[in-house]
Amino acid sequence: MGNTVIHIATVSKVYVDSDVYALNNLSLDIKQGEIFGLLGPNGAGKTTLISILSGLIKPSSGLVEIKGLRYKKDRKTMLQLIGIVPQEYALYPTLTAKENLIYFGAMYGVKQKELRVKVDFLLKELGLYAFKDKKIQSFSGGMKRRINLIAGTLHNPEILFLDEPTVGVDVQSRHVIIDYLKSLNKEGTTIIYTSHHMEEAQEFCSKIAIIDSGEILIKGSPIALIESIKNAQRLEDVYLHLTGEKLRDNV
Amino acid sequence: MYKLWIATQKEFLLLKRDLGGLAVLFIMPLILVVTVTLIQDSSFKQLNEVKIPILFVDHDKDAISETIVNSLKDNGVFQIVTEIEEASVSEETAIKLVLKGKYQLAIVIPSNLTKNLNAKIHKKVGKILDEFGVDATEDSGKEKEIATPEIKLFFDPAAQLSFKNGIKNAIDKMVSKIETQSIYSIFQTELEIEEQLFEQDALISFKEITPNSSVDKMPNSVQHNVPAWTLFAIFFIIIPLSINIVKEKNQGTFVRLKTSPVSYITFYGSKVITYVSVCMLQFVLMLMVGFYVFPYLGLPSFEINGSYILLFIVAFFVGIAAIGLGILLGTVATTTEQSAPFGATLVVILAAIGGVWVPVFIMPEYLQIIARISPMNWGINGFYDVILRDASFVDILPEISLLGGFFVLLFGLSVYYDKVNNNN
Repeated sequence: MGNTVIHIATVSKVYVDSDVYALNNLSLDIKQGEIFGLLGPNGAGKTTLISILSGLIKPSSGLVEIKGLRYKKDRKTMLQLIGIVPQEYALYPTLTAKENLIYFGAMYGVKQKELRVKVDFLLKELGLYAFKDKKIQSFSGGMKRRINLIAGTLHNPEILFLDEPTVGVDVQSRHVIIDYLKSLNKEGTTIIYTSHHMEEAQEFCSKIAIIDSGEILIKGSPIALIESIKNAQRLEDVYLHLTGEKLRDNV
Repeated sequence: MYKLWIATQKEFLLLKRDLGGLAVLFIMPLILVVTVTLIQDSSFKQLNEVKIPILFVDHDKDAISETIVNSLKDNGVFQIVTEIEEASVSEETAIKLVLKGKYQLAIVIPSNLTKNLNAKIHKKVGKILDEFGVDATEDSGKEKEIATPEIKLFFDPAAQLSFKNGIKNAIDKMVSKIETQSIYSIFQTELEIEEQLFEQDALISFKEITPNSSVDKMPNSVQHNVPAWTLFAIFFIIIPLSINIVKEKNQGTFVRLKTSPVSYITFYGSKVITYVSVCMLQFVLMLMVGFYVFPYLGLPSFEINGSYILLFIVAFFVGIAAIGLGILLGTVATTTEQSAPFGATLVVILAAIGGVWVPVFIMPEYLQIIARISPMNWGINGFYDVILRDASFVDILPEISLLGGFFVLLFGLSVYYDKVNNNN
């Protein structure tokens, strides 16, 4: 693996109107080319961490650097380096697939000619070319997830953040999404992804961190994590061993 | 510029595919301006054609009551009702019928009104003539206690204030005329003058003139209604605009844009360009209706005394101000259920305090102060400056500066709110 592209040092986050630490002195380094999985129960702090890394919110304390850059000084450059695939579909329902993608690609500064070629290519790659002129509101959940993914990767980001990119999709769509992400990673994109699919994470990620209550409980390669816990056969065993079986419903 | 161009294209596409929003923006204002102008115009015509029935209870049955009845009849607005089912209307019946809302007004003339008035005047005239050493007739100067005559007006409690004031003024004018006539008549009798001293025509007349060198016509209802309702329609843009922004936030597209290298200027700039274009289109449509549709409906054609360019400049700044308000509302609201009804109510309130429905000068003092800080008031004054007062660019500068400043202030507040809200 390459150099450190993401450096997180003692980052904490407490939201206004809350006295609970969403992130508590969390430190983490992510290297170039890694597929880094952030796993944890609901409310563990995964989305907060992704939001801080993508510049959406500021940490209460601590330091975040992406390729040695900080949001306070180099926001525009940093946003050009990263891509984000949010948990919501984040698309305009009344626009067609192509209109959505042209718009989001242009907002990343991809020039029109290159953008049109790229949009057509990726729509074919993810099996959606036949539906390019259909409005998003007529798409299934799996189709919307794939368009959502393309929208976040049109500008060839060096670092890609994915917040549960395969939630609520069928097996076929999931395979297409994972295969596409693997191909991006092969081309050098560092991927940071959150998921509740333990099996998928075990198979897909090169490194994993399990977090709970805003703190990292364990991190390492999937195999190393399984080996670190006695009698663990799968990543799910490690996860349940560390986070417990108690329900985490919260409002 | 490339990003702004693509973002603006996207905004136009979103708008084009929102048929409900388009209806609110274009069809509703047209229906509104045509309906309101027609109603106002026909009400005015009706007032001249349809007579208002009023009850008349005459206890005097003498010269004054006869003069009042004749004056009311000559006025042409009223139908005098003195009998119901072939029986004279009593005061009690009149009060009951007015309270029930069957009649808007009952006039009760007291008994001996003519006699008492003449006696009072005789007394006063006698005193004056005594001062001049002229012998008055015997009974003119006698010290007698004479009751002050009182004409009673009973109004329907639901009658409009303007109607009440109109009637009171008309009666007052009539009584003054009768009093003057009586005074002249008694002087004439006492001084034994044969020449007719009292004239029907007033000694001083007045003429209504517009203080404008190039205009000698008075503004018509269309000249008032087109700018007023255009302003109203333009401000209604805050509803689809705020819904558009709230939807961006709720469907996650705003989050995606905030994690991309797009400035607030690009994001909101595309919305401003799109919605200002809509405002200008609305304005052109309203003008077209005023110019070409109104004459077909029997209404006066819309006429502009000032410059068309200045009129469009005012419309542009009105649009900008409305868009600033829409952006702030969309930024602060979290659901479309909040933004849509709040936006609609806000426009109605702004129109009310801005003088779109009721002139500002008749409002209470505190509301007049509020009106002066209302963007709709700046807008309507800007329109009237150009349409009715033949204003120059310098004349409309205060209004357009205020409207532009209003946009800058609200846009700044929106960006500030968004930044603070996101860092929490």
